Amino acid sequence: MKRHTTLIMLLIVASIFFFFLLNLLLGSVHIPLLSVCNILMGGNEESVIWENIILKSRVPQALTALVAGAGLAISGLQMQTVFRNPLAGPSVLGISSGASLGVAFVVLLSGSLGGVALSNLGYFGEVALSIAAIAGALSVMALIVYVSQKVKGNVTLLIIGVMIGYVASAIIGVLKYFSVEEDIRAYVIWGLGSFSRVSGDQMMLFVCIMAILVPLSFLLIKTLNLLLLGDGYARNLGLNIKRARLLVITCSGVLVAIVTAYCGPIMFLGLAVPHLCRAIFHTSDHRILMPAVLFTGASLALICNLIARMPGLEGALPVNSVTALVGAPIVASVLFRKRKNELNE
Amino acid sequence: MKNETIHLSSLSIGYAGKSNTKVVATGIEAGINSGELTCLLGANGVGKSTLLRTLSAFQPKLSGKILIQGKDISDYTDSELSTIISVVLTEKCDVRNMTVDELVGLGRSPYTGFWGSLSVDDREIVKHSIEMVKAEGLTHRMVHTLSDGERQKVMIAKALAQETPVIFLDEPTAFLDFPSKVEMMQLLHRLSRETGKTIFLSTHDLELALQIADKIWLMDKTNGLMIGTPEDLSLNGSLSNFFARKGIVFDRETGLFRVDNTHTSELRLVGHGQKYSMARKALQRNGILAGRSVESSFFIETGELKNTEYIIHPSEDESINVASIEEMLEVVEKYFKTFGENNNVGDNDF
Repeated sequence: MKRHTTLIMLLIVASIFFFFLLNLLLGSVHIPLLSVCNILMGGNEESVIWENIILKSRVPQALTALVAGAGLAISGLQMQTVFRNPLAGPSVLGISSGASLGVAFVVLLSGSLGGVALSNLGYFGEVALSIAAIAGALSVMALIVYVSQKVKGNVTLLIIGVMIGYVASAIIGVLKYFSVEEDIRAYVIWGLGSFSRVSGDQMMLFVCIMAILVPLSFLLIKTLNLLLLGDGYARNLGLNIKRARLLVITCSGVLVAIVTAYCGPIMFLGLAVPHLCRAIFHTSDHRILMPAVLFTGASLALICNLIARMPGLEGALPVNSVTALVGAPIVASVLFRKRKNELNE
Repeated sequence: MKNETIHLSSLSIGYAGKSNTKVVATGIEAGINSGELTCLLGANGVGKSTLLRTLSAFQPKLSGKILIQGKDISDYTDSELSTIISVVLTEKCDVRNMTVDELVGLGRSPYTGFWGSLSVDDREIVKHSIEMVKAEGLTHRMVHTLSDGERQKVMIAKALAQETPVIFLDEPTAFLDFPSKVEMMQLLHRLSRETGKTIFLSTHDLELALQIADKIWLMDKTNGLMIGTPEDLSLNGSLSNFFARKGIVFDRETGLFRVDNTHTSELRLVGHGQKYSMARKALQRNGILAGRSVESSFFIETGELKNTEYIIHPSEDESINVASIEEMLEVVEKYFKTFGENNNVGDNDF
């Protein structure tokens, strides 16, 4: 049993390396494997165009996908455990809606009020978008955390989160109504999600932030395991429920906020990966699930990115569509198989 | 050795709101001993759960004192309490993909380190706890595949693994079938004796509590709280007062309750032993008071204990032999239909 788990875990880690390499290899421009290796090693013999494609486009994109997938999957696992609800995910609490609202404010208002289309501002616009998304997501999260200390039931909290999401969407709708067409287009494109938007310095910043946050979320493993038993039992085993909720929601919320700021709202990864891992490892123990969703999330995001950039295709598919197309069948099949198992037992 | 582990003095429980405070019970004076099984009985809505929740520190008391091992409950920190009180709740723990082993292992959480990993000693305690509730066969099963009774046993094993001197259980016998209820109560009684723990539970299973519990707490809106052994409470009349309702009779001879069937006719029943009491019970259920002391020309003999035959003696006709109580009831019913009510009390045809 134990050896089994380790073996699968190693396989998943191996798949990350495999898909990462595949991400570097495949694309609209064909670059042979040897040249890719050469460029990665820092060799100078290859053409500058290829070097640029690999180092300035494909590597940052693959790294972003890897880190974003890991972050979203961990966030999804934490949400599902703290709300004891299989449908909870990063988008459910309205945190991604908050990010969208922040972005909508900046993109849509800068055009109609300031007279400057943000899409023309280049680098400055990019930073402004990230800041707006983080501000929006964190303010919704602060609201949720505040409410979580006031209300008792998890379901109540979940419903309030969903309601906040609706309110955010409604405000975005109003903003859209009063905006110029180009801005709406810019906003819609942001909303489709992409791993390629992050470039250069920003990518390094993003990866660094996540490299700090993801290990931090591992500190909550014991708390999450206790929360599995329900509030009553967890409390009796010495867990401070209010503080636990505060920590888990904050951790999960910050992860979503950062990822959404850099990649746009990425759907379904956070929801699907924890289900997939529970089905693979047959456990609810977070000491196994945490690393499992981390690796699986990274691997799955790399696969999605690969599909989005399918060779032979002009340009790229929106990542959001791909994650939904990959994620939804996974969730459905896992739930379906679970039903069948239960009938057999 | 019996020691008072929990002492309550002038305790008031209820819910403190901003504008109005709802007092559920007040002036509770009581003690709970170690090495004993104490059962809390009371009608729905009388405050059993509130009392249990207050004692487990899930909700604050309104006033008074709860002393656990001589120290007030509010002076304990959360982590100290987790090594003193363990609970088994009514709410179903609907955790999926977790083995019994892992669940009981979580009971060790107050003692484990940062990651919650179990040491060799912890594993030994988990194994021992599972053995104590006789659930060794379930160790590697997934919790969500267990029956209600098995799950309840596992939750008790979790409480044992927590190694607390006090265990509170909120209606541990609810949702169980009758044999499981009996098994559960006997298990808890045995545990209280073997481990010397203080075991306190609320239940609606009156009969079982009266037969198995060491102490009974009767909670009532009008009389407050009455405490004693089941036998003392039945002798001083508390029990019969407590459940004084239509349709329930407290049988002082057996110390148990039975359903009171009102009777419309009477019948002489002759015999002895189990057959006699069973025939009597069956007739009573059908509204016929039967017994040796009743006088009637129509009478039934329960016959020899070796066979299952009953002999019915109608007042005029020949006697009839029937093979079971069911047949006997049919004959008796027919008889009362044809002869009606004039054949009951004190028939003086002869």
